Amino acid sequence: MSNTPSDLYYAATHEWARLDEDGLVTVGITDHAQESLGDLVFVETPELDKAVEAGDACAVVESVKAASDIYAPVGGQIVDANARLQDEPELVNSDPYGEGWIMRIRPDDPDDIERLMRADDYEHMIEQEEEG
Amino acid sequence: MLRRTPLYDRHRAAGAKIVDFAGWEMPLHYGSQLKEHGRVRESAGMFDVSHMTVAGISGADARRFLRQVLANDVARLRAPGHALYTCMLNATGGIIDDLIVYYLSEGRYRLVLNAATREKDLAWLQDRAEGLDLRIRERRDLAMLAVQGPEALQRMTEELDTTTGRKLADLKPFQGLETGDWLIARTGYTGEDGFEIILPDRQVGPLWDRLAGAGVTRCGLGARDSLRLEAGLCLYGQDMDENTSPLTSNLGWTIAWEPTERAFIGRTAVELERKRGAKEALRGLILDGRGMLRQGQAVLLADGREGRITSGGYSPVLGRSIALARLPVNAEGTATVELRGGPAQVRIVRPPFVRKGQVLVD
Repeated sequence: MSNTPSDLYYAATHEWARLDEDGLVTVGITDHAQESLGDLVFVETPELDKAVEAGDACAVVESVKAASDIYAPVGGQIVDANARLQDEPELVNSDPYGEGWIMRIRPDDPDDIERLMRADDYEHMIEQEEEG
Repeated sequence: MLRRTPLYDRHRAAGAKIVDFAGWEMPLHYGSQLKEHGRVRESAGMFDVSHMTVAGISGADARRFLRQVLANDVARLRAPGHALYTCMLNATGGIIDDLIVYYLSEGRYRLVLNAATREKDLAWLQDRAEGLDLRIRERRDLAMLAVQGPEALQRMTEELDTTTGRKLADLKPFQGLETGDWLIARTGYTGEDGFEIILPDRQVGPLWDRLAGAGVTRCGLGARDSLRLEAGLCLYGQDMDENTSPLTSNLGWTIAWEPTERAFIGRTAVELERKRGAKEALRGLILDGRGMLRQGQAVLLADGREGRITSGGYSPVLGRSIALARLPVNAEGTATVELRGGPAQVRIVRPPFVRKGQVLVD
């Protein structure tokens, strides 16, 4: 059973988002997502300073099984990317909510994050997906 | 209804991610395909391959029959337990399946066929057996394990009784030992030393537990695929099928051309192809940059000719993506593959990429 921390927000495309004290939104992929993908072998982190809209594809994770786009869960400017993932893509597998974070976004509107799902809704969505 | 091997509950208990493979619920990995892959290259891993189709062929006409339906020649098997890798061809030289045939004793052979081709294989064999003194029996009562890696021999020797253990070390590749209901052979699909053990269903669980206890890593089908790809071994249904011949699948070496009077099925077609010269071959590709080569991607040569990737993926040993591709026979140098991120240059090499833990390409 995958882990879904209750203090994070979730997108239907399996990213998690957290509004930090400095006003930035940290983004990664969920435990459920990394588990479905299997071992990651490449992570293409997003271009810095790029302006994105919520739902824009801005990074790619590639696993032994498949490649998957990472979508910006909120609109804003990408201000940081996890450089460690270049050489250690496995951090996304081992610590998806911690050292495996993918990018940080300066949101155009800090309230945007409220449009995402909370943990129980996300878990419910996964269950429904699995039931097919 | 999906079928399960006798080890299914053990796979679940060990945390396996289970997938549907050819109608079977099989373990894809037990947490990390990459770790499992590494263990097979460096120490020892084991695979449940009980989904494979095992068939016994027995009777006075068994040898004659197999010399007709298989492109390799069972007449070369002179000692009990000895085995051959071979293709089973249709009349046009296309590959119906690839398999291992064991000679057990006078008039007794055993075939190990792919799971995905089970029904058509058995039907094909049955149809060709008409009128012969011969019995074809699918052995659904048997399970199969592959124990692979540089430490496979040591682990197996420790876990089996001393008489059997001692004999294992003397087996050369493609030699097996039939002992009671067990058949243990020095074969595999990883490019490493190792064994495949065919044994009764009810005995496979205890053996699996003992080997796990001895430190042999449980490995899933994911690692099995990346290991065989590094080893340059073909996968039926991807790298070869009924529309490709052994000659265009790097398997010309498995055809026994001598004696010339042996009229195996497909002989006329592959002889003609050999005389004219095969137009395509399976080659290896290496992507030095990031990204992943995947089955189905087109390969564009510098002179404008094209080929296609038949198997692609990540090579844990090379740390890059590699592939097998069917290319025009004299293709060499570099080529371009359209990846999801755009065109990328790949190098054309001769597989295998990795054997016995050693990288064989630049």
